[in-house]
Amino acid sequence: MTDSRKGHDDVPVLRGGEVPVFPYLVLKEFLAALVISILLLIWSLAQNAPLLPEANPGKTENPAKAPWYFVGLQELLVYFDPWIAGVGIPTLIIAGLMAIPYLDTSRGATGQYTFHARRAAIGHFVLGFVLWWVLIAIGQFLRGPNWQFYWPWQDWSVAKSADEQLWSFPWWVGLPLLVAYFAGGLALARRRWPWLPAGLGRGRYRLVIVLTLLMYAVPIKIVLRLLLGVKYVLVTPWFNI
Amino acid sequence: MSPVQRLQRTITTSHLYRSIFRHEYADTARNRALEITSNVFLHLHPVTIPRHALRVSYTFCLGGLTFFLFLVETLTGLLLMFYYRPVPEYAYADMKTLEYAVQFGVVLRNLHRWGAHLMVVCVMLHMLRVFLTGSYRPPREFNWVVGVSLLVLTLLLSFTGYLLPWDQLAFWAVTVGTNMAAATPFVGAEGPFRDVLGATALNDVRFLLLGDMKVGSNALLRFYVLHCVGLPLVAVVLMMVHFWRVRKDGGISRPL
Repeated sequence: MTDSRKGHDDVPVLRGGEVPVFPYLVLKEFLAALVISILLLIWSLAQNAPLLPEANPGKTENPAKAPWYFVGLQELLVYFDPWIAGVGIPTLIIAGLMAIPYLDTSRGATGQYTFHARRAAIGHFVLGFVLWWVLIAIGQFLRGPNWQFYWPWQDWSVAKSADEQLWSFPWWVGLPLLVAYFAGGLALARRRWPWLPAGLGRGRYRLVIVLTLLMYAVPIKIVLRLLLGVKYVLVTPWFNI
Repeated sequence: MSPVQRLQRTITTSHLYRSIFRHEYADTARNRALEITSNVFLHLHPVTIPRHALRVSYTFCLGGLTFFLFLVETLTGLLLMFYYRPVPEYAYADMKTLEYAVQFGVVLRNLHRWGAHLMVVCVMLHMLRVFLTGSYRPPREFNWVVGVSLLVLTLLLSFTGYLLPWDQLAFWAVTVGTNMAAATPFVGAEGPFRDVLGATALNDVRFLLLGDMKVGSNALLRFYVLHCVGLPLVAVVLMMVHFWRVRKDGGISRPL
């Protein structure tokens, strides 16, 4: 049993450049489990899980927040109707994530961390990932009563005015705008990356661009609302976007 | 031979020991391989892996840690079930009992609660790591899909557990969450196109989730059963597929 005492530079390399799983990998897995157990135990001894007064359907919590991992979606309720924020966007996120391996046809730089070889893919993905966490952070830490925006140093007992002057595009402006956004996005992408459609195939290429445009539509709508007070981009008798 | 070595030899050559461990104790290449292949828990692993896969900074152990936290949740959840009754009359009182009358009850609940949060974080970071290393590419496409399903299941497991303490936090968080279900197009009572299929508050998808029009005793029971039995069962099946596919799709990803 001398090997287990060697540093890991001394791990015997077998034929084909492989190393034995036992004990080298198993030991690391054991240590990882041990470390996380200790951290979790310390955290659990130091900090109690929250427990508010008993559930009372007659007394609404204000603000009533979803669990933190869904707070990002709840934050989107400010900018979108519930069917988009609570159903449409999560469905698109899940479907979009599942589609990734079928949309990415490049094979370079597999199995390694690299930004260089996959700028676009990693850039867009990380941006979406960061957006998800930023929305969670805003919803969790910066939203007070009536879902009004409060900085951490501001007093929640000082009520904020819910009055907002919001307006919507009439449908004959909104519809062309939406069409222009997607058509323009497709055209821009074609100009910027003219070799992409050939590599991906037309259908796959369009899906990639449309999904990417849909993702960026979320922060765009947020900016429209915050800077220009736009409530809906498109108003129809059946639904509003 | 020292007394320790003699004891070691006595144990490792005993009938009982040899009936449990089907290979020799000595540290040889053969026994290292047998340690993996003859052990039902360890045989999840291949016998050997590429050199780079040993680097912690490649995987950060995130997938393994997620699975480990699932085991932690299973164990602590099982213990919590001894003290908890999923009816509005008792649920909150049982939380207080756990806090004030059960030895280490608070720590047990804390481990379960914080472990769940940690699991959600780990599974998200695991997904990020798999993306950044391009490990979803062929032949691993379908395993990525299974992984995304497991991410969703982790969120659902956590969300269904959120209601169980039956405090104000739980009640209103789940009210907010399930209200979104009522906004689903076609099948939600407040969603667009609700009239097409005739969705009302009494037959829509929120009613399906809650067993009622608002969060109450039916919702508590439904969430409890889903949290403790339904969703873990699905998660276990998907994890079996996920881990098996990691091996069948060529083991841990490597530079092509």
